[in-house]
Amino acid sequence: MNLVTVMLIGVLFGTGTYLMIHRSLTKIVLGVALLGNGVNLLLLSAGGPSGDIPILGGDGSLSDALPQALVLTAIVIGFAIQAFLLALAWRTWALDGSDDVEDDVEDRRIAARGGDEDDFVGSDGTA
Amino acid sequence: MSGIILVFLLASGGAFLLSRRPRLALATAAVPLVATGLWLAWLSARVLDGERFAAQVSWVPSLGVDLSFRVDGFGWLLGLIISGVGLVVLGYAAGYFGDVNGRRTARFAGLLTIFAGAMCGVVLADDVWTLFVFWEITSVTSFLLIGLDDRTAGARFSALRALLVTSMGGLAMLGGFALLVGEVGSSSFAAVRGADVTEPQVAVALVLVLVGAFTKSAQVPFHFWLPGAMAAPTPVSAYLHSATMVKAGVVLVARFAPVFVAAGWWRPILLTVGAATMFLGGLEAMRQHDAKLLLAFGTVSQLGLLMLLFGAGWSETTAAGVALLVAHALFKAALFLAVGVVDHATGTRDVTRLSGVGRRLPWLAAAAGVAAASMAGLPPTFGFVAKEGVIASVFEAPGGWGTFASVAVVGGSVLTVAYSWRWWVGVFGTKTASTSDLAVVGHEPGLAVVAPVTLLAVLSIVLGLAAAPVGDVLGAVSESLDPGQGVHLALWPGWHPPLFASIAIVGAGLALDRFTRRVWSPSRDTAVAAFQRTFDSLTAGAKRTAGIVQSGSLPAYTAVVFTVVAVAAATPIALGARLEGNVDIAASPWQAATAALVTAFAVAVATARRRFVAVLLLGGVGYGLALVFFLAGAADLALTQVLVETLMIVVFLLVLRWFPDLHRPAPASVPRWIRSAIATGVGASAAAFAAIAATARSDRPVTDEMAARAVDEAGGRNLVNVIIVDFRGFDTLGEIAVLGIAAIGVANLVRTHAVPRRDIDTPRDRSVIMATVVRGLFPFLMVTSIWLTVRGHNALGGGFAGGLVAAAAFLLRFLADGEPPLRRVPRAGGVALVAVGLALAVITALAGLIGGAALESGIASIDLPRVGPVKAVSSTVFDIGVYLLVIGAALAVIRSLGAEPVDSEREVVA
Repeated sequence: MNLVTVMLIGVLFGTGTYLMIHRSLTKIVLGVALLGNGVNLLLLSAGGPSGDIPILGGDGSLSDALPQALVLTAIVIGFAIQAFLLALAWRTWALDGSDDVEDDVEDRRIAARGGDEDDFVGSDGTA
Repeated sequence: MSGIILVFLLASGGAFLLSRRPRLALATAAVPLVATGLWLAWLSARVLDGERFAAQVSWVPSLGVDLSFRVDGFGWLLGLIISGVGLVVLGYAAGYFGDVNGRRTARFAGLLTIFAGAMCGVVLADDVWTLFVFWEITSVTSFLLIGLDDRTAGARFSALRALLVTSMGGLAMLGGFALLVGEVGSSSFAAVRGADVTEPQVAVALVLVLVGAFTKSAQVPFHFWLPGAMAAPTPVSAYLHSATMVKAGVVLVARFAPVFVAAGWWRPILLTVGAATMFLGGLEAMRQHDAKLLLAFGTVSQLGLLMLLFGAGWSETTAAGVALLVAHALFKAALFLAVGVVDHATGTRDVTRLSGVGRRLPWLAAAAGVAAASMAGLPPTFGFVAKEGVIASVFEAPGGWGTFASVAVVGGSVLTVAYSWRWWVGVFGTKTASTSDLAVVGHEPGLAVVAPVTLLAVLSIVLGLAAAPVGDVLGAVSESLDPGQGVHLALWPGWHPPLFASIAIVGAGLALDRFTRRVWSPSRDTAVAAFQRTFDSLTAGAKRTAGIVQSGSLPAYTAVVFTVVAVAAATPIALGARLEGNVDIAASPWQAATAALVTAFAVAVATARRRFVAVLLLGGVGYGLALVFFLAGAADLALTQVLVETLMIVVFLLVLRWFPDLHRPAPASVPRWIRSAIATGVGASAAAFAAIAATARSDRPVTDEMAARAVDEAGGRNLVNVIIVDFRGFDTLGEIAVLGIAAIGVANLVRTHAVPRRDIDTPRDRSVIMATVVRGLFPFLMVTSIWLTVRGHNALGGGFAGGLVAAAAFLLRFLADGEPPLRRVPRAGGVALVAVGLALAVITALAGLIGGAALESGIASIDLPRVGPVKAVSSTVFDIGVYLLVIGAALAVIRSLGAEPVDSEREVVA
């Protein structure tokens, strides 16, 4: 474990988070990619000290292969997820001419309604 | 006993279905009541001799939950009341509902049957869970029956209010039962009664159970739902809300009080609540103009008296309570039914408007008069007998609380006499006032509705006249609750203090009615108003909260999620996690330099304003990270990362070419400084977590074990690959499935919507030199990809890396040639390849099952000519499946996002 790895993980998480709190789907996908990289590095570093490439036959101490196997599939799946998000962005653009996520209409309606109307039990409920 | 449950279920189902024959539906509903009544009558002699009948139906054996029942004297009596009054009410309902609206009558009959069955369950239950289940069923059926007139807003609101109050109480009771059962280790009544009341946990549990009993039996301050429940049709009010269901709380207290009165707080609480309810109900009854509401508050008052008698826990008051319970069931049901008759005949229940009803309906007036006399405690009714017993029992009670009970009972009884008289005169008397608004009898009621009232009134007198033998039976009943000294019931008690008290009570009651008649007018029930305010502010608050929390803005939601992540990760770290072992600055200068570069790229991605630049910078992050992986001894990762990053950049660019290069400045729903703060928080938390996680290992890595078995069992030396295709093969199977699904998702998302043709990437633009080079390179890359896949088990490589190389080769051809060559591959080609790859992987996994566990490797040595012995491992086939799937997924993505939609001009969305 070393300080450089830790700080790099922090930077990737931070920048990824920063980008994901945006409306633009492009930025969100970029954020997901950065955050994914950070997660992969975190997984790898959590596996313990690094060593030689984990292929049997050498004589040095090998680095832990398990987190590597996990991260390897995570990288490929990350590719698929990002491609899927890009396809979503693309479709949003094809429909709206913009890749910004608009506010959810239904949620807006609920927010605007407040607590004034449509009470469940009216005050005339007395029999 | 299980047979009885079955009869109830069948009958209710039958009654619901008989909406075309309402009278037949009511008759069907009567069947289980008759059966229960006959069954209990058959048991009478033995039950009263002290014999007990128990039955148990296993329900959830693994949790030790059974439906268990027990017929003792008290349960027997209540069961008879439930079936008897139920039958009378059903007979009345036949006349009351008539033939109009058969659907409503059928629903009434079905619900009433369910209710009656559940009520029998409540009174015969011998186990707290059994009791609770049936208790809740009565709450729900009560809700549905109050709201039987489901088109009337008032009825719906009243039903909802009753349900909210009683089910809130039920919830408290459930908690109480859970605590009790946890304490004594069994849910049977016998075990629960043995709980040690000095334990604080038991005290809390009992208070919770009492809350349930108080809500059900309409005790102060939960009494307000019961008058509201009068929105129900008369038969429902008479049966559920006076004779049976509202007594459930009293019944529960009656079963618990004799033992739990040992707790010092029990008697004061029960006496206070009972007395308060009795007084409040009586006073409110005096204020009502609606004859039915007057009776409802009268019921509240009587329930208070019953709660006081049973809750006090003296054996005398318990015995008196049993007598009063019977008397009340008879007279209150009769009174409610009489109001229903008058309501039908005149069209109103307002006692200030009704006039001359007694003259027109003398028979009904006489029957109702007997019932009212029983309520007031006048001889020769059974109400008088019971009231004498009650007074005698509290007069005999010792100590200060005995005096308290005596004062409360006498004071409350004065109110009872006053409102009984007021009710009878109000409904049946002739008004002298010259109001033109008087209501008179419009049409004569039928025999079907008058007869039940008469029957109940006659019973009140018969039981009163037979006070001595009835007293013996009730004595045996009360002994099943409390074996102590009971109370002597007689029609003529002799010149004793209770009789003097009764005479004084009647005199005082009549005087009270006379003096307050003009003074007291209906008041708005403050308890209802308080409930309404609480309820309204709760719903309004919920809506305001939803409005604030659910703003509809995705960035706001994401910001909240990340804030939670940061705080959730930071809290335990701040609370005491500590670093173990040494912390280096950097593994090597190379690592430090690479990390600095990646940091710079990442920050640049976050701040870049041009999309293309951001994507290229992201590529820089990816490649830099590959180097970091390599330096950390993860060569397979580095290889995969480089390949994926390359593909990813291209895919990004394929999509982004449609978008404007500059980010449009979006409306900021989350201010920049908040974004930065959250990002910093998440980054810091993640870094701290990483520092602790990396040094927190407390056990040997499982990889050691895997390394020891890799060659022998999996036939491979590349540990990463062996883990992917063998040791953790099932994980991989799931992961490649996700990969395939995502690719298919992309293909479908893009296929449904086409974008306008642009003239980049058309054959005009392609570079001949590049195309030539790529064509030369393509076979070489494909061979490399296969070589990587096959050798992956023992050396750097594997199906993922191989597949990515092949995908890169296709991508190069795609970019160099423009689209045409790929168009020759059918659109579904990528998806088909995904399917083939997944099928291959699954088949290999299943093939392993034949020899042993799934994904178990088979190893065979094959002697190839010229090459020599080659070890063939079955997991290589699995890896080839991975290889094909990765190619397929990448092709599907590239083909979809990169394609020029030529033949879909009409689908173009501008």
